[in-house]
Amino acid sequence: MKSNIIPAIKLTLLLIVLLSGVYTCIVLGIAQLAPNHGKGEIVSQNGKTYYSNIGQAFTADKYFWSRPSAVDYNAAGSGGSNLGPFNPDLLKTVQARIDTFLTHDPGEQKQDIPVDLVTASGSGLDPDISIQAAKVQVKRISTIRHIPEDKLYGLISKETEKPFLGLFGPEKINVLKLNLALDKMTSQDQTPKHE
Amino acid sequence: MNTEILGIIGMFAITFILSVPLGRYIANVYAGNKTLLDPVFNPVEKSFFRICGIDSVREMNWKQQMAAILTINLVWFLLGMFILMNQSWMPLNPDHNPGQSAHLAFNTAISFLTNTNLQDYPGETGVSYLSQLYLMFLQFVSAATGMAAAAVFFKALKNKRSAELGNFYDYFVKSITRVILPIALILAILFLFNGMPMTFHGKATMTSLQGAVMHISRGPVAAFVPIKHLGTNGGGFFNANSAHPFENPDYFTNMIEMIAQMIIPFAMIFALGFYLKRKKLAIVIFSVMTVGFLCLVIPNILVEMKGNPAISAMGVNNSLGNMEGKEVRFGAAASGYWSIVTTVISTGSVNSMHDSFMPLSGMNMLLAMMVNCFYGGKGVGLLNYFVFLILAVFIGGLMVGRTPEFLGKKIETHEMKIAVIVALLHPLLILAGTALAAHIYVQNPGAYAGWLGNPGYHGFSEMLYQYTSSAANNGSGFAGLNANTPWWNISAGLVIIFSRFLPIAGQLAIAGSLAGKKYIPENAGTLKTDTSTFGLLTFAVIVIIAALAFFPALTMGPIAEYFTFH
Repeated sequence: MKSNIIPAIKLTLLLIVLLSGVYTCIVLGIAQLAPNHGKGEIVSQNGKTYYSNIGQAFTADKYFWSRPSAVDYNAAGSGGSNLGPFNPDLLKTVQARIDTFLTHDPGEQKQDIPVDLVTASGSGLDPDISIQAAKVQVKRISTIRHIPEDKLYGLISKETEKPFLGLFGPEKINVLKLNLALDKMTSQDQTPKHE
Repeated sequence: MNTEILGIIGMFAITFILSVPLGRYIANVYAGNKTLLDPVFNPVEKSFFRICGIDSVREMNWKQQMAAILTINLVWFLLGMFILMNQSWMPLNPDHNPGQSAHLAFNTAISFLTNTNLQDYPGETGVSYLSQLYLMFLQFVSAATGMAAAAVFFKALKNKRSAELGNFYDYFVKSITRVILPIALILAILFLFNGMPMTFHGKATMTSLQGAVMHISRGPVAAFVPIKHLGTNGGGFFNANSAHPFENPDYFTNMIEMIAQMIIPFAMIFALGFYLKRKKLAIVIFSVMTVGFLCLVIPNILVEMKGNPAISAMGVNNSLGNMEGKEVRFGAAASGYWSIVTTVISTGSVNSMHDSFMPLSGMNMLLAMMVNCFYGGKGVGLLNYFVFLILAVFIGGLMVGRTPEFLGKKIETHEMKIAVIVALLHPLLILAGTALAAHIYVQNPGAYAGWLGNPGYHGFSEMLYQYTSSAANNGSGFAGLNANTPWWNISAGLVIIFSRFLPIAGQLAIAGSLAGKKYIPENAGTLKTDTSTFGLLTFAVIVIIAALAFFPALTMGPIAEYFTFH
């Protein structure tokens, strides 16, 4: 033990310099070449910026809703519900979400609501929804925004992100980007009226 | 074909293809042969050893190896306790996070230095950036410790005439500089350009499109995540671990993180084959492990893709599968695949919340950690496998009436005793811990109501999972368990220490004893250990010892939960 203690302390300090110091600085240096200098990827519209990866709460009827979140989209405290699959609390919550959705979208059928719209994500910050989750909200948004449904379907297919390389993983839609595009579409539609 | 399934096949295939050349490279590094990075790192290592006063070519016996491991781990532990408890006033704390309590710091420091990375704190508010950097350091060195222990074992099996085991410091430093660090750097670059942040700025504030004010935690994530997976550590930067969009931004990063955590456990098996020049043995070992892995992972993928029947009964479109606790960008299939990869190889990172998986998926994750040697963690997984292999050699030898030998070394009472103790220690720690916790809970359910996030059988599973994860040095959790209490921090911390260092001591003792034995050349009477028959025998020993010991406990948890709904 005694013969090991001094080498152990010295080696620890040197490795801290190498791993926590030099390695970290190299990565930080390369990060300056990355999008937004490594401070997180952002998307801007109308002079405002948003983190494109971090999901936001969308609960207003005029927007495509995002997924339920166990932490209310608190980006300083991520997490899931951690409720077991048969926990009565979970099943009650899911039922309530279905009911709420049908109240806001009375024209939709229950069997068209995809499960991602009524279950909470793992991070509580899921930026995406499934394609079906967007489609099932089209009627509501079309009514409120006075946009024809086929234009909204067109927007959805434009914003659909294909699997990686077209081969791996699910299709999805980034809700923030979809809603930003929706706002843009609405403002363009209204522009001619002002002329 | 379904792109979700194709994604999984892609991840497994790429890992396999890359791991063979990596295994050859690792074998060359441990054998001391010339390798690619010699010009860069030879001078660095030499100066490190000179400054530290370490003679890196001095032969160490197993007791000296063990003393070196324990001493340096003690240094890491004390430094870790100090930083975690005092982070509030130390530099690099832009979010002004408070210091950790003594029992939480104990659990965190133990957990990271043993490659477990159980986290009873949320990353956003529980640690400063300085602590994160130190925890990152621990993830590098704990992985290298496991690899160095495996390298000692390799050497013990190779020696035909001498009892030499090599030098711990040499294996340890080379594992970092030659293997882990270069790969980590490549991964970090890939992550940086795919949406992972790397900054020392504190939380960002912005207004959401709907007008809510959001505070967004950031940090040096892109440096942290590569070693988290490469070292099969699994300690998350954020609370949600690799489900967090900054810690795992898209399917591409998900694939890299998945490949990164599997590649070195795969490569170590092939490294053994190249090092000992026994490719067939490596292939048999890899096949047995892969069969075990597939038995666990295929059901999980199918069950999670099928979804929750209780939610399906409500009449919604359930075609995406069980999405509670899962992210849309990964989907149910890749989440189910991850859940078993992270538990068989002791990573313990998650890309979805294990607590919300279906009961039988939860059982398979538990089994993966109970067996703990289908691939297994960095270095130690292979060592755990050798314990079962030695048992199989002994049993097989007795069955066919041959002297139990492995690679020309006789297996005798001394090795058998150690192997049996190591094999039984794992169920003992898990079951005794769970029994004790359940006993305490039952005595006064009102007082401990805050422990469990779920009622009934699932609550029991949460406790069983916590000790299984600790004993397997895994670190994933059924996170509904509120583990940041003195009882859980300390009891899980102790289980972690025992199950890290006792098995390593046992395995090194076996290595020491085998190395000292006279080499007996193979003859017609030798029990062949590189045949599929012997592989099958090893598999049977693993199932009987590692899996069946836990059957009663599994019955009370996930199996009972399954039958409440079916």
